[in-house]
Amino acid sequence: MQQRDAARNEERVTFTLAGALAGARRCVPVAVSGCAIGLVFGTLAGQAGLGAGEAALMSALVFSGAAQFLVLGLWASPLPVVAIVLTTLVVSLRHLLMGAALGPVFSRLPRLKAYGSVYLMADENWALTMGEFAKGRRDGAFLLGGGLLMALAWTSSTFVGGAFGGAVEDPARWGLDFAFTAIFLALIAGMWKGKSNILPWVVAGAVSVAAHHWLPGQWYILLGGLAGSFAGVVRRGL
Amino acid sequence: MGFDGVTLLVIALMALVTYATRAGGLWLANRFDLSERAGAWLDAIPGAILVSLVAPTVLTGGPAEALAAVAVVAVALRTASLPLAMVTGVVSVVVLRALS
Repeated sequence: MQQRDAARNEERVTFTLAGALAGARRCVPVAVSGCAIGLVFGTLAGQAGLGAGEAALMSALVFSGAAQFLVLGLWASPLPVVAIVLTTLVVSLRHLLMGAALGPVFSRLPRLKAYGSVYLMADENWALTMGEFAKGRRDGAFLLGGGLLMALAWTSSTFVGGAFGGAVEDPARWGLDFAFTAIFLALIAGMWKGKSNILPWVVAGAVSVAAHHWLPGQWYILLGGLAGSFAGVVRRGL
Repeated sequence: MGFDGVTLLVIALMALVTYATRAGGLWLANRFDLSERAGAWLDAIPGAILVSLVAPTVLTGGPAEALAAVAVVAVALRTASLPLAMVTGVVSVVVLRALS
């Protein structure tokens, strides 16, 4: 009897305020760095021709640093709508895998809570949430709490950067053009799992550099990403 | 502070596409067991995308960018701190560009 209760307890998935607060607390360092990056994004968005309000709206609704930085490179008049949406889609494909990983726990939550929470799923709060689940603390609100804090930091700092970042005339002079390259490099370093990464990453890099050289626009990201990920499948012999 | 119609449309479409991918993974996981091959492909996408993003800047941008990238990776591997890695990259690229 006791054993059965323990087993049921282990499988129980909650969605509590305490869980949301715990998620927010764990995301404080992420939100602080998100503020710095948001200032940079707001500044660069202003230089690309976006108003501070528009940039902040994008941060609140899209809530994806990688996609937002990327489309700034495409921002021109008239807006290349199809290229921007395609680029966003390609960069966001990783969310499919992240969402799938949440599935076993989130499928036991009411639909509104599960599908509402994933609106604010970002790399960082997702990674922290998966860590919580692995320790047996299955509170679905942990993801939402972290996401809300990050969204608040990201959106407000974007606005401040867009409204006051005009003081930074030439981002290259201050090295700011390299800021998101550095962020992506740090994320890559964190993804290193061993030799199995070498082939897909070399293929991705080679195809990306070639496409960047020979093709116009941002196709190098899509082509490099596809080539590298397919190389990853081949590498695993599947 | 004006809002441009086409800009708002683009932002809405971006939001729709990103949310579709966020909800789509959850939806698929609740319905299908992903094949091992599909799982391996999805698994390899984030790294491949990130490498493709930075490769042209790092490999063909010049010595300042390449050296700054090495510094960023070294700091990231040592500290696992995103803000510290970002500051390292920005500061070293400024210094290296001034030197070259």
